[in-house]
Amino acid sequence: MADTPFAEMQGISKSFSGNQVLKNVNFSIDKGEVHALVGENGAGKSTLIKILTGIHKRDDGAVRINGKEVHFSHPKEAEQQGIMVIHQELNIIPHLTVTENMFLGKNIAYGKTGMLNTKEMRKQCKANLKRLGVSTIDPDDIAGELSVGKQQMIEIARALSTNAELIVMDEPTAALTDREIESLFEVVESLRKQDVAVIYISHRMEEIFRICDRITVLRDGEYIGTENVSDVDFDAIVRMMVGRELGGRFPERDYSGGDVIFEVKNLARKGLFDDISFSVKEGEILGVAGLMGAGRSEIMETIFGYTAKQHGRIHLNGEELTIKHPSDAIKAGIGFITEDRKSKGLLTEFSIGDNISLTNMKSISNKGVISVNKEHRLIAELMDRLTVKATGADQEAKALSGGNQQKVVIAKWLGIEPKLLILDEPTRGVDVGAKKEIYNIMNELTKSGVGIIMVSSELPEVLGISDRIMVIHEGKIANIFHHDEANQEKIMTAAAGGE
Amino acid sequence: MSWKQNLFKDFSKLGPLIGLIIMVIFLGFMSDAFFTLDNIFNLLRQISVNALIAFGMTFVILTAGIDLSVGSLLALGSALTAGLLTSGIDPMLAVLLGLLIGFGLGAINGLIITKGKVAPFIATLATMTIFRGATLVYTDGMPITGLSDSFAFEMIGGGYVFGVPFPVILMLVVFLILFFVLKKTVFGRQVYAVGGNEEVSVLSGIKADRVKIWVYSLTGMLSVLAGMILTSRLNSAQPTAGEMFELDAIAAVVIGGTSLMGGRGRITGTLIGALIIGVIDNGLNLMNVSSFYQQIVKGGVILLAVLLDRKSNK
Repeated sequence: MADTPFAEMQGISKSFSGNQVLKNVNFSIDKGEVHALVGENGAGKSTLIKILTGIHKRDDGAVRINGKEVHFSHPKEAEQQGIMVIHQELNIIPHLTVTENMFLGKNIAYGKTGMLNTKEMRKQCKANLKRLGVSTIDPDDIAGELSVGKQQMIEIARALSTNAELIVMDEPTAALTDREIESLFEVVESLRKQDVAVIYISHRMEEIFRICDRITVLRDGEYIGTENVSDVDFDAIVRMMVGRELGGRFPERDYSGGDVIFEVKNLARKGLFDDISFSVKEGEILGVAGLMGAGRSEIMETIFGYTAKQHGRIHLNGEELTIKHPSDAIKAGIGFITEDRKSKGLLTEFSIGDNISLTNMKSISNKGVISVNKEHRLIAELMDRLTVKATGADQEAKALSGGNQQKVVIAKWLGIEPKLLILDEPTRGVDVGAKKEIYNIMNELTKSGVGIIMVSSELPEVLGISDRIMVIHEGKIANIFHHDEANQEKIMTAAAGGE
Repeated sequence: MSWKQNLFKDFSKLGPLIGLIIMVIFLGFMSDAFFTLDNIFNLLRQISVNALIAFGMTFVILTAGIDLSVGSLLALGSALTAGLLTSGIDPMLAVLLGLLIGFGLGAINGLIITKGKVAPFIATLATMTIFRGATLVYTDGMPITGLSDSFAFEMIGGGYVFGVPFPVILMLVVFLILFFVLKKTVFGRQVYAVGGNEEVSVLSGIKADRVKIWVYSLTGMLSVLAGMILTSRLNSAQPTAGEMFELDAIAAVVIGGTSLMGGRGRITGTLIGALIIGVIDNGLNLMNVSSFYQQIVKGGVILLAVLLDRKSNK
């Protein structure tokens, strides 16, 4: 490793309208290093990155690039120094081709004519992709038709084409399939070999331990420390992040088996899934694993009545249900916490209270007129039960951290006192502390007899909390394992279609 | 949220009201005729037609929709009501049937938008033309006159109760009912939720299609009610009635601070918006400003309202 780090931030402080969000934070990254930046939501990670990239100005401290102090006042200035950010929401224009996206804003023309030199751009586009070791993307593909993983590759290639020396990746794997994550890791390796530094922001510890060299932890805007990944373990990092012992990652399950409360028989939807039959017992957590695109979310949406089934029967407590609309499912006592919180789970522009009320209109109203008292009582009770951290029930949902948003979504469903609760990726984008709280809530619910279906792409989570694990492969049930006989390898094999 | 932000938020909500008060005080100074009871009632009666349509439009826009057909729908509903009146049936029955027709025509909009999955702008642009055409066909392009001498029907546009013009009372009663509906009922919440995010609403068990059909039906009914005020005052139904009314209605909603993106806004704002438009028209008339200039002022006010609204939402 080089003697002078590529980028160094020292004693960085920053406050917004009297609210100190960063206190004396240090961070440095060498060329060719992959450095994880971790911390719970609100720890100050994004503010630190925004200061590094010139979006915010620091109040105090120094930023040095290659040993020279810099004062960026605009992201463009950071870009000129080779610092690029790959955001969680990708900057890809879906209707344009891969090449057009890659040369967005810096088209190559014939001299000053304004006529685009498409031939040259295609050639360079191909070269950029090749440099990353990506051969599966055609320069003429329409970007919007590619998977999220491939779109991300385009962005990384674009960053490289501007001679980036430091690439910040913000939750890069959040929307990727397992296979895409593997290719991303290969790309990160090739960046490392090309001496490009990578700041890797992620909630997923497994990834960090796999590909990062060092790890810097922030908590409540303070610098907690930087460690070599090889010197620490998962528990030590979590302790640094949350500042206390979390205990085990998962709560102790003491499920001893109960009667079947929910049963699906031969559920099918053309082209998506077929012959889905399974059951959930009282107080049981059924984990649902599978590769992305295997049809897991689609099965859940169909059970819930959001999309129509071709055929199949659904029973709850021995009664057959006719579900044509989510309202039918809710009436029967089924709750559904969707995968995509922001676009399907929450009214982000609405208050916490409005969101909680949404599913509970029946219990807070009389003949269509809402009782303010009943509403306030319900909201207060649910916010309290789920320990939602907010300034009050009237705070906008979008202002909350990922973990608290998810708690609001769970709260709105607990109000209907569900008999069956479906959770699709319940801990995505949720930090370690809140994750544990969500597991605890699930555990508590099952103790009172609620049956839970949990779809998750995080295998440790599936293995850690499920009583049984159903594996979906290409729209069919590949296998259902009992908790005791399941392990990572068996699930992955089943998910990939192997025996 | 700090107290400063809170204060600012409250002020931005009050923005249109403060604007209205300033305009009223200004006009009071500029013209002696402005603050007479006659003029105030006259003004309120003038805005009642636009306000009734705009109340419905508020619901539509809250669901992130738009209804361009209100003016044509008003004309068609009015013509059909007038037809019923001339046929000699009981005037009250004719009024009720007329409102039902409005409801039904609105429901057609709602069905095209939800079941046909046509964007509201396109769907109502089409029905705007169709309803106008149907009006011309039905009336043969001529006004329908010779309506009954029913006292009740004359009352709608020209009557007074305790010295207050009946249309003004109608407007206020409808306002209070709809205010209650939006604030206090499950339906009101559903209107906001559907406009906020339809997918989230459906996944929360709201029958979004049904909510939308109701909202367009309500708007249709209110448009015909507004049309009856006009018909009653003129004692005839004009085939060209309501032309460009959609624009004044949308303007009132927007000036009142309701977001065209849906999910955010208040019907109080719409009432104030309708008042502002009415005060501009009335005041500039009293000041003998040419109607050409009036249009420029009106456009300027709409622009100003939206710009201020955007600033307060940052």
